[in-house]
Amino acid sequence: MDRLMSLCVPSLNLRMHRSLIDSLEIQSCYLLSEHSCLASGFGSIHFVLLVSRQGKVRLTKWYSPYTQKERSKVIRELSGVILNRGPKLCNFVEWRGYKVVYKRYASLYFCMCIDAEDNELEVLEIIHHYVEILDRYFGSVCELDLIFNFHKAYYILDELLIAGEIQESSKKTVARIISAQDEMVEAAKEEAGSISYIIAQAS
Amino acid sequence: MDNLFQRSLEDLIKGFRLQLLGDSSFISRALEEIRREIKATDLSTKSTALHKLSYLAAIHGVDMSWAAFHALEVVSSSRFHHKRIGYQAITQSFHDQTSVLLLITNQLRKDLNSVNEYEVSLALECLSRIGTRDLARDLSPEVFTLLGSSKSFVRKKATGVVLRVFDKYPDAVKVCFKRLVENLETSDPQILSAVVGVFCELASKDPTSCLPLAPEFFKILVDSRNNWVLIKLLKIFSKLASVEPRLGRKVAEPICEHMKRTVAKSLVFECVRTVVSSLSDHEAAVKLAVAKIREFLVEDDPNLKYLGLHALSIAAPKHLWAVLENKEAVVKALSDEDPNVKLEALHLLMAMVTEDNVSEISRILMNYALKSDPLFCNEIIISVLSVCSRNAYEIIVDFDWYVSLLGEMARIPHCQRGEEIEHQLIDIGMRVRDARPQLVRVSWALLIDPALLGNMFLHPILSAASWVSGEYVEFAKNPYELVEALVQPRTDLLPPYIRAIYIHSVFKVLVFCLRSYFSAQESSSGSSSTVYESILNLVNVIEIGVWPLSGAYDVEVQERAKNVLGFIGMAKQDIAKKVNLQDNEAEACRVTAFMEDAFSEELGPISANAREKVCVPDGLELEENLGDLEEICGKFLKPVESDSVSCTDKITFSVSNLRIRDQQEASSSTSLPPKESSSLLAEHRKRHGMYYLTSEKNDPDSNGTPNDYPPANDLASEILLDPLDPKRKAKHRKSRPVVVKLDEGGESRITTSQAKTKQESVTDDESLSRDIQSALLVNKKGKEREKCEGNSNLVVQEEETSRIEKPQNSEKKKKKKKNGERTSGKHRSRRRSEVASSSEQVEIPDLLL
Repeated sequence: MDRLMSLCVPSLNLRMHRSLIDSLEIQSCYLLSEHSCLASGFGSIHFVLLVSRQGKVRLTKWYSPYTQKERSKVIRELSGVILNRGPKLCNFVEWRGYKVVYKRYASLYFCMCIDAEDNELEVLEIIHHYVEILDRYFGSVCELDLIFNFHKAYYILDELLIAGEIQESSKKTVARIISAQDEMVEAAKEEAGSISYIIAQAS
Repeated sequence: MDNLFQRSLEDLIKGFRLQLLGDSSFISRALEEIRREIKATDLSTKSTALHKLSYLAAIHGVDMSWAAFHALEVVSSSRFHHKRIGYQAITQSFHDQTSVLLLITNQLRKDLNSVNEYEVSLALECLSRIGTRDLARDLSPEVFTLLGSSKSFVRKKATGVVLRVFDKYPDAVKVCFKRLVENLETSDPQILSAVVGVFCELASKDPTSCLPLAPEFFKILVDSRNNWVLIKLLKIFSKLASVEPRLGRKVAEPICEHMKRTVAKSLVFECVRTVVSSLSDHEAAVKLAVAKIREFLVEDDPNLKYLGLHALSIAAPKHLWAVLENKEAVVKALSDEDPNVKLEALHLLMAMVTEDNVSEISRILMNYALKSDPLFCNEIIISVLSVCSRNAYEIIVDFDWYVSLLGEMARIPHCQRGEEIEHQLIDIGMRVRDARPQLVRVSWALLIDPALLGNMFLHPILSAASWVSGEYVEFAKNPYELVEALVQPRTDLLPPYIRAIYIHSVFKVLVFCLRSYFSAQESSSGSSSTVYESILNLVNVIEIGVWPLSGAYDVEVQERAKNVLGFIGMAKQDIAKKVNLQDNEAEACRVTAFMEDAFSEELGPISANAREKVCVPDGLELEENLGDLEEICGKFLKPVESDSVSCTDKITFSVSNLRIRDQQEASSSTSLPPKESSSLLAEHRKRHGMYYLTSEKNDPDSNGTPNDYPPANDLASEILLDPLDPKRKAKHRKSRPVVVKLDEGGESRITTSQAKTKQESVTDDESLSRDIQSALLVNKKGKEREKCEGNSNLVVQEEETSRIEKPQNSEKKKKKKKNGERTSGKHRSRRRSEVASSSEQVEIPDLLL
């Protein structure tokens, strides 16, 4: 709890670089998922939103159809509600008949919108899961990592969720899949970056 | 060579953080650049541009629909890197109306058939997000193949996509359902949980269609220790149990097992929710669930506290004892710092309210309302008001208490629910005769307090209070003080339409006092000078108070003030005369008696369907289009200028169509522009706000129907005398014994009749939704039939086989399925009828029962 409180001290730069996972208070574990290796199902998540404490959007993913206009409206509305909530309140917000489950890690708020009858604790667990995978991938992830590698955060999310449901609960598997794909990309890039390729292009 | 000098995404992000241009101009510059680059023939330049664009779209909400075709081009690249960028852009920006959507089908098909599993996964993800009916139809064979893929990575994703395909293209169920069911028995936990997830969603859409699979689900429920899977299974069973109650008995036990065993709170909560919502008949399970809820409630974790309260509110309708047991915790939660927790606690408390404890709970809540923030305070007030007034004040026994409570509410500093309190004060006045003395007392206390006049949220309450004290002036202890309160200087703060009500109430009080004065004079010849003086005082106070208003800008106020003053002028002489000589024939005496008669006629509440009872007068045509009316009336409205709109135009509007027609024939009219006349009408309405306020009785008029209807009370008695409505009477006698005593005659019955109409309207809504549901069901049945056609053989036979010979090798099973499939193809028509009947009356295998 102490650590959580210390985060409230406004020191902007520091917070930007602080690892997200550092700020985890020892989680009261709602779901012992460590060895329940794989899972899927319909969390029926309508969208995922990452917003910084200053209200800057860091990631958005929409599983239900929203127009661009609606999207910005939703973001505005929700960040207004969520950023203003105190630290000791519950992690659920009722919003337009849906529930938004959010959790704050350091300077970032991770929000997921679900149906009213879905299991809130499970979604909290999914959020935590996502953060842990990010942490493992970036090595003590911080907000800057997500700013500069926004697409990677997307790819990881895509491995975790499909059609708004969790598809993969094993951190190891996600890490393996992502690194395999990265390797493919790197190989392609190397090829494209090689001098012979450039010469071939130019000529 | 472009790509050597092209800014990468990272450059863009860095640039964005360092820029001094301002967000919007930086974005527009970047967009310009992207528009140029994206036209390049080189795919890596193009893809980088697209990548940047999708970044801007995701984070800064830039529109990227214009780049749809470029995204398609990038996807067609052979490189994985490009594909990934392209697919991301597509999932982000495509929607059902995107025009190039048609072009993507082949690309998706190609990628779905790719040997590279990651490309397959990209295509699947894309399909899961943008799949339309056409895409789902065209690609369902591919998805079907992938459902049987040997790579569990692919199979899992394909399972995730299936639901979208089913949703868009129900015929795919025929093809894919079988594979899905097969996957239920897989040993691979990853795929198992994916399949359970799909069934969870299917079950929530249409539980009956999943009912035949109950034995399989049950097996997993008992065996599995994977919490993610179990949560989904519990959701499935809570849906299934709602259509097949017998299932509850069977699953209650394993659910309790899980509840006792697990330490994972999310699973416990899901168990609790399943039990309280779907298995509420199983006492042992409910008891255990309530015990778990109590554990949640005493936790420090606000999440668990909130969920505990939430679970209680699900349980409340059927197991009120569970709520009552935890009353202390609920009351404590009212002072929680989290508004969500507070609200949930408030709802629970309101669910607890009964005839016996309503005063106690209201007392508690009023104390909290005084302490809490404006938002929650008003939430409390509105919920108390709505619960207490439910079904025509069903739970209120002691109306004196309730009326005082209303008075107290008005004095809560944050109270903003004036309209509702106003409505109830008047409503109770009309409905509950015995409450009137108390009502007048409370109103008097409100009126006399000058502080309340400053709060505009309370003005509606004050208007109700003034109306009540004028209407039921006979219960007033001291009319003199009442009048003083009504004409006090601070009434300047009231809006004109409420002031008009104040003045009218003064008028009523005056008439009442004079009448009693005169009648006292008649009976006892020896008149004391003190009585005379007090009545003179009263008249003077009124005169002084009302006089300035005779010059008010508002016509309504002005006219009423003039009425009062005129009446006083007439009566004053007679009052003086009265003291000296006993003249029974004095004009004032007669007029006063007449006015008193008019005022003493009781106003009653009006049934919502009273209007239907009014028969249309002969020769009256009810024009549907009131636009015509405006044209016709134009001529008469013309001379009426905005400020002098008072009684004249009212007559014009209230005159029946017929008469207007006659006049129209007489005068060839040049009509006013309709706009002006409608604005006049609106203005008239505003002016006569008071007219609309007192009750709903004016509603028929405001709808443009003639004014010649019998007055409200006649209507009421008409309804009363209606012998054809035994139901209404019976209902009245049965449901509200207490109020029968309180109410007398007319009101009570109308009360119940109103209550009844309320209920009727509710049931109307229900039947409507039922209609919609049944309409949907027809659709679904079609779908289901198809579905079952594909798998009925499988489901039914499989059940049989699995029941009879449980440990069975899979080979044999597969053969059976294949056989079944073939037969189903041959005897399609026969099956169809079978299935149709089975969908109505689904059989649950004995195993479960």
